[in-house]
This record gives sequence, C-alpha cells and structure tokens, in this order.
Amino acid sequence: MSISPDEVLKIANLARLQIKQEEVEQYANDLSSIINLVEQMNAVDTKDILPMAHPLDATQRLREDKVTENDQRDTFQTIAPSAEKGLYLVPKVIE
Amino acid sequence: MHELSVSQLVDGLRNGEFSSVELTQCFVDRMQKFNDLNAFITELSERALLQAAHADKLIKDNQHSLLTGVPIAHKDIFCMHGVKTSCGSKMLDNFIAPYDATVVEKLDQAGCVTIGRTNMDEFAMGSSNESSYYGTVKNPWNKDRVPGGSSGGSAAAVAARIAPLATGTDTGGSIRQPAALCGITGLKPTYGRVSRFGMIAYASSLDQGGPFGKSAEDCAYMLQAMAGFDEKDSTSLDKPVPEYTQLLNASLHDSLKGKVIGVPEEYFSEGLSADVKRVIENAIAWYEQQGCEIKSISLPNTKLAIPAYYVIAPAECSSNLSRFDGVRYGYRCDEPQDLRDLYDRSRSEGFGDEVKRRIMIGTYALSAGYYDAYYLKAQQIRRLISEDFKKAFEQVDVILGPTTPEPAFKIGEKTADPVTMYLSDIYTISINLAGVPAMSVPCGFVNDQQSDLPVGMQLIGNYFEEEKLLNFAHQYQLDTDWHKKSPSGFE
Amino acid sequence: MQWETVIGLEIHVQLATDSKIFSGASTAYGANPNTQACAVDLGLPGVLPVLNKDAVRMAAMFGLAVGANVAERSVFDRKNYFYPDSPKGYQISQLEFPIVEHGTLDIVLGDGSRKTIGITRAHLEEDAGKSLHEEFPDSTGIDLNRCGTPLIEIVSEPDMRTAEEAVAYMKKIHSIVRYLGISDGNMQEGSFRCDANVSIRPKGQEEFGTRTETKNLNSFRFVERAINHEVERQIDVLEEGGRIVQETRLYDANKDETRSMRSKEEANDYRYFPDPDLLPVIIEPEFIEELRKQLPELPTEKIIRFKKDYDLSEYDAENLAMSKETAEYFEEVARVSKEKADSKALPKIYKLAANWVLGDLSAALHQDGLEIENSPVSASMLAGLLGRIEDNTISSKIAKEVFQAMWSGEGDVDVIIEAKGLKQITDSGEIEALVEQVVNDNPGQVEQYRSGKDKVFGFFVGQVMKLSKGKANPKQVNDLLKEKLK
Repeated sequence: MSISPDEVLKIANLARLQIKQEEVEQYANDLSSIINLVEQMNAVDTKDILPMAHPLDATQRLREDKVTENDQRDTFQTIAPSAEKGLYLVPKVIE
Repeated sequence: MHELSVSQLVDGLRNGEFSSVELTQCFVDRMQKFNDLNAFITELSERALLQAAHADKLIKDNQHSLLTGVPIAHKDIFCMHGVKTSCGSKMLDNFIAPYDATVVEKLDQAGCVTIGRTNMDEFAMGSSNESSYYGTVKNPWNKDRVPGGSSGGSAAAVAARIAPLATGTDTGGSIRQPAALCGITGLKPTYGRVSRFGMIAYASSLDQGGPFGKSAEDCAYMLQAMAGFDEKDSTSLDKPVPEYTQLLNASLHDSLKGKVIGVPEEYFSEGLSADVKRVIENAIAWYEQQGCEIKSISLPNTKLAIPAYYVIAPAECSSNLSRFDGVRYGYRCDEPQDLRDLYDRSRSEGFGDEVKRRIMIGTYALSAGYYDAYYLKAQQIRRLISEDFKKAFEQVDVILGPTTPEPAFKIGEKTADPVTMYLSDIYTISINLAGVPAMSVPCGFVNDQQSDLPVGMQLIGNYFEEEKLLNFAHQYQLDTDWHKKSPSGFE
Repeated sequence: MQWETVIGLEIHVQLATDSKIFSGASTAYGANPNTQACAVDLGLPGVLPVLNKDAVRMAAMFGLAVGANVAERSVFDRKNYFYPDSPKGYQISQLEFPIVEHGTLDIVLGDGSRKTIGITRAHLEEDAGKSLHEEFPDSTGIDLNRCGTPLIEIVSEPDMRTAEEAVAYMKKIHSIVRYLGISDGNMQEGSFRCDANVSIRPKGQEEFGTRTETKNLNSFRFVERAINHEVERQIDVLEEGGRIVQETRLYDANKDETRSMRSKEEANDYRYFPDPDLLPVIIEPEFIEELRKQLPELPTEKIIRFKKDYDLSEYDAENLAMSKETAEYFEEVARVSKEKADSKALPKIYKLAANWVLGDLSAALHQDGLEIENSPVSASMLAGLLGRIEDNTISSKIAKEVFQAMWSGEGDVDVIIEAKGLKQITDSGEIEALVEQVVNDNPGQVEQYRSGKDKVFGFFVGQVMKLSKGKANPKQVNDLLKEKLK
C-alpha cells in the first residue's frame, strides 16, 4: 500500500506538523516504503491471538491518596517560553 | 588510570592510590582532548570536579557508597536537575530539567561523578547517531564510521576511555548495537528492572535504561546502582535486585559446565556478514570448550519483529511527543500568529526529519480505520515473538547470536533510505518486544576496507536473569581480552 | 407531525480525592493558578503516572450503587488531541474496558410515575486545565491546576424522552454521588457537569434521528432549558425541510441559546490506544465484596425505609431522601422526638416533621441561601417546636411565628413561647369566657347561625381566636362554640 500526498497532509494535520509543499512527495515515498515494510505482518494469521500491550503480565499498582507535591510554579515557569501572572500564555484562542 | 576496571578504580580510591579529583581530572582532560568525537552534548567539568572533591571527603570519612568517586557519563535523555537535558533535539536545546530522573538520583546516591551528557540520536530514534541535532558522533575505531545509536555518544565515550561507565537506553537495540559497533560491553535489562521515571520517553512499552562499560563486571557495578523498584514508575518491577557484583565471583568452569546455549538459526541466515558470522562462531566454540551444550533453536517470528516494531514504537512515540508543543517548556517558534501556528511551527522547526517521520507513521497507524490492521496486528505479533522466547527458554539457559549483521557502517551510508537503516536492528528489536534482558559483548574484529572494526555477540536471557547473562559474559572475559582492546589513538 | 425527543446524558463527576488521579498534587479548589500543577500534571518530559487508589475505589462504589458490573480488569487509554489545557497532548481515559458497565437508575417524575434509565458505562479519566480568555488582550492564559483531577464520566443510554426526565436523572445521579461521598457535586465549581445528546424522530419511528451534543451544562435549570431549546431548534430545522448536522453545540446561559462550536468541529480522530505507562487495573472480587459492605444506604432503600418506619407518603419520602443532608436532618428530628414525646404521638410528629422540613424550613433556607447543614434552626430545635405543637402548647399558626423567632436566633422553643407569651390557652374556663363574650357581642350572627346558616360558624371561630391573640386551642374553641350556639 502506498501513502498519497493528500494522506501525508492529513496525517501532518493530525500530528500538528507543517510539511512544506516541496517535502510532501519525499514524505509520501518514505512513509510508503515504511508501510510496505510494516505490511510484511500480513503474511501471518493472527486470528485469536491476544494482543500484547506490555512485556510483563503485571498489573497496575495503586498509590495511596496523599498529597505529596508542593507548589513549584516559579521553578517550572522559569523554563516556560511565555508566562505571566502565573499563567502559561498562548496566542488568543477563540472558541 | 583510564584503562582500569571499575573494581580497580573503586579499590584505588578507597586505598588512597589516587583521589576522585585526580581521576575525574584525568577523564575530564580526555573528554576535552577527544572532543572531535562529538560524544558529548554538555560537558560538566567544573561540576564534576566539585562532586569529586565531595566524594574524596566521603571516602576519607569512610562514608562511601558502591561507586563513590567513580566518573560516569549520562546519556542526554535522563533528566538532571539544573542541567540541560536536550534528548539530542533542538526541541529541548533550551530545556534545563527541573527534576532528577530516578536513574540520575540513584547513581548520585551511589557516589558517581558525572563528567558530562552524551550525544544521542534525536529522542533516541536512530541506529547511527546521525539524527542528533548536535551532529554525528564518530566511532573511535574509525572516525568515518558511525558509533551506532541511539546511545552513540555513551558508547563512543566508553570505547575512547573518556568515561569508565555510561548510561544508555535501549528501545530497539540502542544500547547493544552501539556497544557492538564500539567494541564495548552493554546491557539492556529486563523491561521494568530500571526505572523509566525521568527518562524522556520514546516508546514507553519498549524503553529500558542500562549500563555501558568496558566489561561485564563493570556493567554489573553500574546496574547494581541503577536497578530497583521505583514507586514513581507504574511499570517498574517490584522485585528485589540481586547482588550482581558478588555473583560474578562464582568460579569460571563450574558455572558454565552443562549450561545450554541456544543458537537461533534465524540469526545466522541471509543478511549476516560472513566475517561477523565467523567471529560469532569462534565465541560459540569457546563456550563449547567450557562444557556448554550448544543447541540449535528457532525463533520463527524474528522476521516480523521489525515490521511490528515500526508500528508499535512510532505509535507510542507519536503520542509521547505530543507534549512538545511550545507551551510550557522547550522550543517555541518566533511570533506565532495563532494557536495552530504555534503548534505547527514549533513542532516542525523543533523536531528533526527522523522524528517527524516516526510521528507521522505512528499517527497514521493509530488513525481511524487503520488501528486494527496496524496497531492491533503488531501487538498480536508481539505476543508471537514473546512466545518464541518463552519456548526457547524452556530448553536453554541463554541464547547467543550476533548483535548486528555487520560492523560499523560509514557515516552517511544509510541516511538516504530509512528502511535500510531500520533493518540494521534485525537481531536486537525482538528482544525489546518480548521484554527480556540481553547484552552485547565484544568478541573479535573484522577487517573492512583496511580498518579493524569490533564485533559484538549478543547474549539473551530469560526474564529477570541479568545475573546469568553477566556471568556468561564475565566468564568469557576472564579468558579473552577483546574487551580490553582500545582503539588506536585512545590508548 | 408528532415528534419524539430522545435524550442521552454524559455526566462528568469530579471525585473527592485529596490528590490527583495520577500525581500527588492537591485537588483543592480555588488555588492560585498553576500552584497545584506538579511535574506530572504539566507533562514534563520523562514523568510517569501512578494511579490513585481512592479514585478506583470511588468509581467502583458508584458502579455498585447503580447495580452495574464493576470490571475485574479495566484498561486506561490515551485520547490524543492538541489543546493548551491538555498538557500531554492526550487525555488518559478508558475506552474499550471501562471500570463500570451496565447499570440502571430509577427516576420518579412529577406525576409520581417511575421510569428506569440505563447506564451504559462509567469510566475513570483525568480532567483538563482551564483556558482564561479574558485576562490578557492578545493571549489566552492557561491554568493547569485542574489537570489530573479524577473524573468519572457516566454515560446513559438514550432512554430519556423529555427534559424533565433528563433533569430527574441528573438529580438522581447527583444525589447518589453525594450519598456515596465520592463527590462534593458542586456545580458552580464544576465538580458536576453534563453534556446532553439530543435527537428527535417522528413519533412511532424506531430509528434514531441525527443527534447533537450540547456541552457546558452546569446546572439543572440549564440542562432543562438547553434541551428544550435544542428540541425546538431541531423541529424547526426538520419542519422547514432541512437536516440536522451531527455537531457539538454550546449552551450560552447568558443568551439562553445553543450555538454550534465550529472551531471544534474539524474531524476529530482521537487515535485511542492503551496507555503504555499504565498497566491493566485488576479489581479482586474480595475488594468488591468489601466495598459492598461499606455502601451507605442509598436513596431508593431510604425511601422504602422512610415509608415503613415513619409512615410517610411516597412524595414525602422521595423528597426527603433526595438529599442526604435533608434526610439526615429529618431523621435527627425524628430521633430527638422519639426520646421526648409519647410513642402514641410519634406518627403525628413524623408527618409534621416531613411537612416542616420540606415546607417552612426549606423555604427559609432557600430565602437565606443556606444549606441545611448550616440551618440556624437545628434538628433538635425543630423537634422541640413540633413537640409543642403536638402537646397543644402552641397552635400550628403560632408555631410559624415561633419558628421565625428561632430562625432569628431568639432561642429555643420554650424560651420564645415564654418570652412572647405565646402559650396556647387550654383552660376551658378562660376559653368559655371568650366564647361567651363573642356570642354576646354578635347577636345578629347568632340569629343567622341558628336559622341554618352554618357558614357563619367560621366567623365565630375567627373572632374568638382574634380575641385570644391566636393562643386559644382551636379544638376547644370549636367544641365550646358548638355548645353555646346550640
């Protein structure tokens, strides 16, 4: 299966990546060849095989409901690209 | 001093043969002298010397821990409080981590002195270190060759004797492959053995931190300090950590006699260089001489590992890397016009090509209509691969094969076609899918275009059996000296 | 054309844990921006989630309370989308394997009829942060304090047919989560929010119409209004020959209308997949049994018991049991009364108690904007008042005056009766004197009464009561008047 330039743009949109017009073709080629590699999986019948999400058959450990974190806003916001009055700033969002 | 083993360094420091400041200075000097390797993103010389002075005081006061005063290097993927943690990306070029990864915390507690932060493929995505925003690392054995990836900087630093130990992470071979290509020893532990907290995620269900050292014994020291349950990581193993360093002292011949080594036929088929094959067969012969039973086995789904990996890892990465949006930290584009522009440009300008490619593949594989055909299918294949290993370990103690199909390739040789690059991880990837531990051990050299290049054998163990692997490697290294060879110009 | 409305609700309930669902940051409401957003909540590189035990317990409790199946194995998934109040670029939620499935809930409508509403599922997820659009001229400010607050999203079957049913269902869910103590249910603070899926179809048609989802409904009144508006809008569209577009709409309480949220409409493809940082949550049957034992009495059981123990009407029992605090107040009144009053008098006192709690007390609370927990008239004070009504110390009418005095803090019932001289006159001699005076003063009316105009009797009662300043025992007044006028 191959991925068309249109699909490249659709995926880029979902992933919030900007692909320049002149790169679209290259992406379509690269992604298509990766998908071809991936589709080697189709050679095997996997009917009734339980999908494996984790390497170990472990189960979720639960944490006690305790407040353990204190306010570190100032530390965290020193590395923020834009923050004011304790808020992170982004260009105005119109809902 | 730079050729000493970790146990010799520990003894030397405690016996007062040299101080940690002297030792650290020696490695810091080498770090600066060999900076043309580009193994480091950030050098921490001054900080290291202060740490060393503190270590000396602790040793003097008899307050030392396992590795007090021993210099190490950290892959630039482990968050380190107050220190730039770039993950090899422009996206995090300005990111000063506000907290410590558990691995960093544990090695600090063990008394290690951190001399610097090593170069790596961007967000650990790559097999050659060529995707780093900070440029390619050169292989100390031949500077025209890649060191492997993604932990290329750590492997090159240990190979060039710039650091006795270094941390790495391994998602599809990122510790073992560069260890093999740089002629050193590297271990990927069982998934969950080393905490992932503070280790910047590439593919969460596959990522695992581990040590690089000259020898298995050196790795055992570092693993001892790194491993252990962490309540901050839900996938961390709640199992006691064995005393790796003591287990190594078991006597050579007793421990190997009668052990069964599985040799998977799929690891010796097409694609494996004849020269590499010969070197691996020599290693197998050595084990046979020690009284091991060599058993031919099959891991029938090996071929499916790469296809499955290139769905699972990109899918997880496409989601893991969504947090890099230019809002709370990291790179933000200039003058964003609106929210959409902020996202699109920050991410497009902040990520490199390979990272974008994998985000795109992962996004595609998870998108509506494709989930079952790709993601679910890959997870089913993952189960098949893991069952291959389970079956094999019913009959054998360890599995032995090559770590890579060929020695270090030339810089630029595989960058044009991503798929060719992906295929170089054929022998390492299935191990991550299963989650079992494995290591790469230097076992000889091949000559390629008048250049001697190291070869690594891969030892694969059953879940939680790192000590068995370390033992197998250690016995080998007691009798061979491949791991003692250093590249010319770095002696 | 006759249209039928089909409504399904998605209710988001914040759980009353101290810390977040996946981090150790506090969930307290109202803190300064971003002071309760820790490294995990901010989605810093390398951080990992660890699940809060109490969030799991609370979700399971809810499941038991609605007779649902609490899954032995549930799985957390990532819902991927970009928005500044979602710092990781995904929300941790549950898609395929939610913790609660297949419950039901009975609602009672205004005409006393009952209806069972199906609960499809309830899953655990994390809340998002808040976007503040008004703070800066050219920027939106992001406060991530709310990020990671545990939520259960309760999804109903499309079983409701009117806005009234939807509100009754929502109130019942609200009542249950408060009973269980798993949420404060505070709607102003956003602890309890609702999205309504609304569609219409010609009456008798089996197939569902196209639905819209209206978001941002944070009061019972808004839910009712928004649904009614949306139904009207859909009828207008269809009757003018248009078609309904499946979309997300926003209820604007100020303008009292719903409008399309075009900005959020671009093809959402959330790319759900199991979160690799979290493992499957396993709930052992023993844990469920333990929880079942800890379940408090819920409204349905309480209504049955109230009817039995206090001989209350369906209506009174239902209304008292709706709020846990109201029910507790009522039972406290009953308990205190039982200690003091004669057992024969109790049925009357219980009925009085129900009337007072749902009537005068509720009205006074409403007027002063108070919750019943903060009522100036405590349960034992009200019991005291009811006791005095029952033993004829005061009449029901005087009781209202005493209640107002108690409300203003003038003291207990007896203190007020004493101070204001409100004690009922029960001395028959004294009443007889009053009766005689009224009969003598109004010969014309006496004439009328005796000639068969029974209605005039009320006039005499009123006059006697007036003369006694309302304190005469009405029954005695009645009896004596009848005697005198014979």
